[in-house]
Amino acid sequence: MGLPNIEMENFVETEYAQGFVTEIESDTLPPGLDEAVVRTISERKGEPPWMLEKRLTAYRHWLTMREPNWAEVKHPPINFQDISYYSSPKKKPVLDDLDQVDPELLATYEKLGIPIEEQKALAGVAVDAVFDSVSVATTFRESLAEAGVIFCSMSEAIREYPELVEQYLGSVVPHKDNFFAALNSAVFSDGTFVFIPKDVKCPMELSTYFRINEANTGQFERTLIIAEERSHVSYLEGCTAPMRDENQLHAAVVELVALEDARIKYSTVQNWYPGDNEGRGGIYNFVTKRGDCRGNRSHISWTQVETGSAVTWKYPSCILRGKDTVGEFYSVAVTKGMQQADTGTKMIHIGENSRSTIVSKGISAMHGSNAYRGLVRVAAKAENARNHTQCDSLLIGDRCAAHTFPYIEVKNPTAQVEHEATTSKVSEDQLYYCRQRGLSEEDAVSMIINGFCKEVFNELPMEFAVEAQKLLAVSLEGAVG
Amino acid sequence: MLTIKNLTANVDSKEILRGVDLDVKAGEVHAIMGPNGSGKSTLAHILSGRDGYEVTGGEILYKGQDLLRLETEERAQQGIFLAMQYPVELPGVNNMTFLRESMNAIRRSRHEAEIDAVSFMKLVREKAASVKFDQKLLKRSVNAGFSGGEKKRNEILQMAMLEPYLAILDETDSGLDIDALRTVADGVNLLRSPERSMIVVTHYQRLLEYIEPDHVHVLAGGRIIRSGGKELALELEAKGYGWLLEEAAA
Repeated sequence: MGLPNIEMENFVETEYAQGFVTEIESDTLPPGLDEAVVRTISERKGEPPWMLEKRLTAYRHWLTMREPNWAEVKHPPINFQDISYYSSPKKKPVLDDLDQVDPELLATYEKLGIPIEEQKALAGVAVDAVFDSVSVATTFRESLAEAGVIFCSMSEAIREYPELVEQYLGSVVPHKDNFFAALNSAVFSDGTFVFIPKDVKCPMELSTYFRINEANTGQFERTLIIAEERSHVSYLEGCTAPMRDENQLHAAVVELVALEDARIKYSTVQNWYPGDNEGRGGIYNFVTKRGDCRGNRSHISWTQVETGSAVTWKYPSCILRGKDTVGEFYSVAVTKGMQQADTGTKMIHIGENSRSTIVSKGISAMHGSNAYRGLVRVAAKAENARNHTQCDSLLIGDRCAAHTFPYIEVKNPTAQVEHEATTSKVSEDQLYYCRQRGLSEEDAVSMIINGFCKEVFNELPMEFAVEAQKLLAVSLEGAVG
Repeated sequence: MLTIKNLTANVDSKEILRGVDLDVKAGEVHAIMGPNGSGKSTLAHILSGRDGYEVTGGEILYKGQDLLRLETEERAQQGIFLAMQYPVELPGVNNMTFLRESMNAIRRSRHEAEIDAVSFMKLVREKAASVKFDQKLLKRSVNAGFSGGEKKRNEILQMAMLEPYLAILDETDSGLDIDALRTVADGVNLLRSPERSMIVVTHYQRLLEYIEPDHVHVLAGGRIIRSGGKELALELEAKGYGWLLEEAAA
């Protein structure tokens, strides 16, 4: 492991690329939401009638719901009529050249080692013909197709594989689940669809990276992954680079279905714009992620590294329905500046001998507020269910906050549920000790943080783990002292 | 190597050092003794650059340059090592990773190539054996859950790996039983060399039975009140500090 030794500026005070203006295309709907808008979205996307019905049902139910207020976060009320719910996914590049991008943002990309063409894509600059991501994507799709794997956008899936989508969409996160899930079900723009047929081990890690041109799927993303009997898949979502986005509200829904003996590993790195140091302008990230271990011996693992967004509200969960199923949740959540995160997981044990592991690492710096909220529920039928929860908080400085809200509901006497929690601080003594051994304060902090997060990073695919380490180092620069 | 001239310093606005003079030449071992609260540890931390110590007067020259202008890590990079009285635990940070990052940070600062993994492993095994540091502890988190003796031996191992020019040992003998004391002392003696100076801060003469100093100084009330050869330590052992303090007061 090499630590960055370059003199780095204070990323925490990095001003994001401000003043970007997206040309309003004729294909963008005016702000506001009503039934006509839902119909228009469905129509523009050329969806079949059953999909429109699903959307309308969700919309009508959403009207009866209220925005939840139980999370340990504060933000001004969201006016849902101020949001535009549809714009053409193929936006024109806003800028012609990287020279026009905020140099601070570019410096951050440099630190993270993002290739130049990818930087352009992230910053909204026209991409050269040299970077032919379409052909790259095509190559991958061919080898996936050989294995029988379907990996495409949700819109395409609705057109090409309607029977699969109709069967599974909403079967893990029904539209009635919660306010934001209902909203997403009504107006979702696009997302990713993955289908792994029986007995297939997906030949590569699937990543949204390969769909970079399609990555701008907007604020209401919908993802569905289906792993049939005995299949395996690992899916990577997100990007370590801070991504520019004009949409303030993100309400995505991710559904995973694992049939008998299937394994799904879902890894996320989330680094959306967190807002300025007063918390203005950051992304609200209200996500519903849930995996259903439907078949016996199926296995779903969530790993997330959350460093971005102004407000995060996210509980990737597992329903351990089958016998001998395994659910895992590994999380690192960083809040700095004025960021707030209320994140955790739900492990719902229904099947016999179902097991779950939760490892949550929360890091708070500056005025950041980090809450772990986790539910472990053992149903009456779940004989011999086991859970182990490890929930650690690390504080940097004396103005940040960490909260832990564990909920445990056990209805079967054979269950074993363990909860361990620690709170620690990066101390002056530790920093002095490291500096006396020749390490700079930044390197010392990054080493201590990486040590703290090791159990989670170990779960990430190799390349992602290295990126995640760098990301944390850059994110927490200047947050100490 | 090191020249301290009329150093005065405060901690929390309280004057702790009241004019310390010291001259340490390359290859010399100096023992600084004195009663509790005399300012021994303060001096050690000022040399290594800990925050919270306010130098109010005097100067410190290290290898001819003004030491007080350097940051803590710069001092370490230029060869100052402090074996701490209370080594700090770093949960989650692997001991070997720590050693290697530390070595490489120092090497980079000197524009030297970083040590490769294979050479590092070989070196760390060799050094650990030489200071009788349990190899199993190399794989654990830095000092986390180590016994007092293990922590002190880890300090000596770090010192052996980093090969400083000026090593300061702050009460390294405190809390050690006689066997641990002997291994720590053996480790220190192995590192004695004509290019390396050492300052051994200790309350008791005991450690000096194993580490033979060239000079012994008595620090009391923020001043060095007596300097001498190794025989001074023996005298202190026999008579305590009282007579010196009385003489100094007279």
